[in-house]
Amino acid sequence: MSGKFYSAASKMPATTSRFGWSRTHVNYELKDDVAVVRLNDPTSKVNTLSKQMEAEITQVMNEVWGNAQVKSAVVISTKPGCFVAGADINMIKACKSAEEVTSLSQEGQKMFEKIEKSPIPVVAAINGSCLGGGLELAIACQYRLATKSKKTVLGTPEVLLGLLPGAGGTQRLPKMVGLPTAFDMMLTGRNIRADKAKKMGLLHQIIDPLGPGLKSPEERTMEYLEEVAVGVAKDLAAKKVTVDKKKGLIQKLQDVVMGFPFVRKQIYNTVTKKVMKQTKGLYPAPLKIIECVQSGVEKGSSTGYQVESENFGKLGMTAESRALIGLYQGQVACKKNNFGTPERELKTLAILGAGLMGAGIAQVTVDKGVATILKDTTLEGLARGQQQVYKGLNDKVKKRGITSFERDATLSFLTGQLDYSGFQKADMVIEAVFEDLAIKHQVLKEVEAVTPAHCIFASNTSALPIRDIAAVSKRPEKVIGMHYFSPVDKMQLLEIITTDKTSKDTTASAVALGLRQGKIIIVVGDGPGFYTTRCLAPMLAEAVRLLQEGVGPKMLDSLTTSIGFPVGMATLADEVGIDVAAHVAEDLGKAFGQRFGGGNVELLKTMVQKGFKGRKSGKGCFLYGAKSKDKQVNPGAEEILKTFKLTAPPAVSGNEDVQYRLICRFVNEAVLCLQEGILPDPIQGDIGAVFGLGFPPCFGGPFRFVDTFGADRLLQKMKRYEEFYGNHFTPCQLLQDHARDPSKRFHK
Amino acid sequence: RAEWAWPVKKTLSKTGVKNIVLVDGVRTPFLQSGTTYADLMPHDLARTALQGLLNRTGIPKDAVDYIIYGTVIQEVKTSNVAREAALGAGFSDRIPAHTVTMACISSNQAMTTAVGMIAAGQCDAVVAGGVEFMSDVPIRHSRKMRKTMLSLNKAKTLGARLALLGSIRPAHLAPELPAVAEFSTEETMGHSADRLAAAFGVSRREQDEYALRSHSLAKRAQDEGLLSDVVGFKVPGKDIVSKDNGIRPSSMEQMAKLKPAFVKPHGTVTAANSSYLTDGASAVLIMSEEKALALGYKPKAYLRDFVYVSQDPKDQLLLGPSYATPKVLERSGLKLADIDVFEFHEAFAGQILSNLKAMDSDWFAKTYMGRTSKVGSPPLDKFNLWGGSLSLGHPFGATGCRLVTTVAHRLKKEGGQYGLVAACAAGGQGHAMVIEAYPQ
Repeated sequence: MSGKFYSAASKMPATTSRFGWSRTHVNYELKDDVAVVRLNDPTSKVNTLSKQMEAEITQVMNEVWGNAQVKSAVVISTKPGCFVAGADINMIKACKSAEEVTSLSQEGQKMFEKIEKSPIPVVAAINGSCLGGGLELAIACQYRLATKSKKTVLGTPEVLLGLLPGAGGTQRLPKMVGLPTAFDMMLTGRNIRADKAKKMGLLHQIIDPLGPGLKSPEERTMEYLEEVAVGVAKDLAAKKVTVDKKKGLIQKLQDVVMGFPFVRKQIYNTVTKKVMKQTKGLYPAPLKIIECVQSGVEKGSSTGYQVESENFGKLGMTAESRALIGLYQGQVACKKNNFGTPERELKTLAILGAGLMGAGIAQVTVDKGVATILKDTTLEGLARGQQQVYKGLNDKVKKRGITSFERDATLSFLTGQLDYSGFQKADMVIEAVFEDLAIKHQVLKEVEAVTPAHCIFASNTSALPIRDIAAVSKRPEKVIGMHYFSPVDKMQLLEIITTDKTSKDTTASAVALGLRQGKIIIVVGDGPGFYTTRCLAPMLAEAVRLLQEGVGPKMLDSLTTSIGFPVGMATLADEVGIDVAAHVAEDLGKAFGQRFGGGNVELLKTMVQKGFKGRKSGKGCFLYGAKSKDKQVNPGAEEILKTFKLTAPPAVSGNEDVQYRLICRFVNEAVLCLQEGILPDPIQGDIGAVFGLGFPPCFGGPFRFVDTFGADRLLQKMKRYEEFYGNHFTPCQLLQDHARDPSKRFHK
Repeated sequence: RAEWAWPVKKTLSKTGVKNIVLVDGVRTPFLQSGTTYADLMPHDLARTALQGLLNRTGIPKDAVDYIIYGTVIQEVKTSNVAREAALGAGFSDRIPAHTVTMACISSNQAMTTAVGMIAAGQCDAVVAGGVEFMSDVPIRHSRKMRKTMLSLNKAKTLGARLALLGSIRPAHLAPELPAVAEFSTEETMGHSADRLAAAFGVSRREQDEYALRSHSLAKRAQDEGLLSDVVGFKVPGKDIVSKDNGIRPSSMEQMAKLKPAFVKPHGTVTAANSSYLTDGASAVLIMSEEKALALGYKPKAYLRDFVYVSQDPKDQLLLGPSYATPKVLERSGLKLADIDVFEFHEAFAGQILSNLKAMDSDWFAKTYMGRTSKVGSPPLDKFNLWGGSLSLGHPFGATGCRLVTTVAHRLKKEGGQYGLVAACAAGGQGHAMVIEAYPQ
């Protein structure tokens, strides 16, 4: 947590406890006979359940319970947009042993159990994020109401950090929302909006946010929430309302069904199987969550609490949890603009090329209120692109995320066209045209002829060096790379590439746009393939070699997914496009020479010649089209593989070696990027690899992998592979340095 | 010493701008929907108002240049209800007529359109009015069913027709009711009113008190015979209707018993402090002053400056009067204190009270309206003294003419010179008009 003082802190007077020390995070005020307990961590923008916060909550609640005047209580946050965002991660990270983590959990459990058994009704009044420990606090209260604000989300995201809800969450949630929903919440960690939460039985009541009145909407909405909560608290104390929620027929039926032990057993089994299928057993947290729930439901809550705190302790010490926490914190770091505020606000963006990428970029831009010009060269291409943007928005309407009116209003920001009209207003142009330097040069010149002097030219190339593109520019300081990942609306990463001529303001503007588009951003140096494509290329070369050595596409997929890649390597090649892969392999092969060798590029080229371009052409390594679940290997591709057959050296071709060979080539190239200064730091390296390329999240990225696995061990493996394959596996200097000195680590 | 002090205030007449006058205005009794008017059609009500205006003013049936009507929920058979009503009322068939719609300020729009035509010199005498008929509203087949039925028209063979008929599923039969919600936000107006009241901290008690005031004042006005714009209506097959039937002064205790109607369970807007669904029509005769005098009329008032405003349809849906009032006063060079008679459309008690608070807030004026200071809150002793939409009823399309006629009548009765009409409307729009008494 940063030490930045939040302005709201000054609004909250520090109260002094009976014991003499002053309270800074929690205070309370009496409104008639209702104690309004207010949470506000003055050292942060969000409330977290830190040691200080927990201690003060306990203290204040004890005072409230000790006060005979008080008939009920309301727990509310004074932070706009945040109730409690979760436990303090650093508190868990600081622990040295599982026992220490377990005791953290036990303290939380005790505190919330006291609230659950409170002699007076306690109402949780929620506005903004109510996540993890925050949700556990809320569900310990007798009654919950929340604002229907877009910022109000409830959820148990612990699993995404390799942890579990360790303050009674695994015990209370199943009772509150039923086993299936509780599992869904805790195993996916997804955020739930207030209206949905009400339907699920997580909330008793929801309150619409207010508009302008005599105060700002935010301020008045918080006041209103408190007023309504105080009213509810009074009614609860007077027994005018009850805490029971009306159960629907389905829910009643579900309760009956869940009464049978064999039904529950079936659920545990099904959920476990599903988890194993999805995680390949690489993530311990989901299984522990199931264990906690099962213990509590079947053996009673005291056993449940014990299992919960012990498992929490164990998980807190796992490498997986550290890796996921590292990713979470890295992601937070990559959502900041370190290049300052841009001189101009971006009002109009023009995109060249309405293909999948171009339209995808438009899709994530129009809904941010940026006037967006989408230009293509053909009417068909343009229509397809505009339809993609429309569909993206309309799908949100169907899911009731936005209204059809909001869809239409958003679309009014999009202009589709075939010419350069209106480009004189463009503040930035992103080109997403074909990956050919000559074409890029042509559009750059055309664009510079029609755009104002301040206009930035960004290239969404995935491998061409930006300096080569900028070579024909009149304003090289305004040229930058913005490498989006497909599909743009789903993939969170944006890789920004700066040349030595790119100005700081150009970078700041590109980052600012990316942040508005909701992207996680890494900013890297220029070079062939930049960072992400450059790491991917040697691994793909290795994958091609493995295919030549007789590892079939299905086997290759299974070997890679079983170490945590979300998509198998053969499928990935099909998704990226065999033609693109061939292109990249050839280009980067030329740029970096033998190190990027491995598989034969001719293999890929032959596939392209036969029309096996991957998913987009219906055939690649696999056959696409028929909607069968079982993917069929493309017999045509198998034919080609035979003609390129290589003999696999048995000593380095076992399943584990195959996996390490792929990982080694990726990791070595990543470390080399850091060594060469393409990457500014290991954090961005890890984030780029995981969020852009699907590097196994359980490893936390290539750099954390080296730290955890041990650079020396990795080096030994590489040396062994080097014997067979030569410099494809030569460890880079930085990796050697780390192997020599175990105290050297990429992450502290 | 003069017996009466006015006109001590200046006239709002502007050089180069035609003086336009309200000759007279009438309306049918406003009835709760589903009561005595239940079996009529909208143009029947509009026709009655037009006939009433003909009778009241004695204007020859061919002396009018144009007829404009405002309406909100359109009966599809009479979508240009102005024309159907004019023909039925016996106006010359040579008088063109059109219909306008602008939610609850539709008849305001009809009147100001008339003012515009006269000011532009294209007409000298225009009838404007408004009508709303909530006892019957167009309920449609579902879109799927409509599509099937339209395809049926085009199907050439029996087989094709049977196939289409066979494709009808129970889901096709679900009817489609006219939306009560704002199209852009999908929020009902009552819900928005409740949020508005909460945003301005207007309590349930304040709202109930205001509603009670409205009903009590309307009752008194009715009893004292002040609602002289009402013309009797012999409803076919039923009795003569001569009075509004929704005026019901209740008690605070009775009103407190009601549950909130929109925001549950903690809301404050109830059936008792909201306007109700109403059937009714209104009509006014507007002329250039010269024409009115030439025809021998003694006009009731000048129609002066007017404005339309619009703002966020979500959170400021019903704040039209707050935005329109300072703007129209500025145009007329008046201050709030200059106004003798206020007639504001009462959609909800909470909406009126929120507007009064907004107008009295410097913070709101600066933050949301870009003004340097507040315009001020109208004093209640000049405000809606003969009841309002909460009590008299609110036939959406017809209310505007009632407000203007009432201002004219109150100015005369109370001896004031300037009146102000203001109203909010769906879509986050609003309107205000300054009216000046005609010298006696």
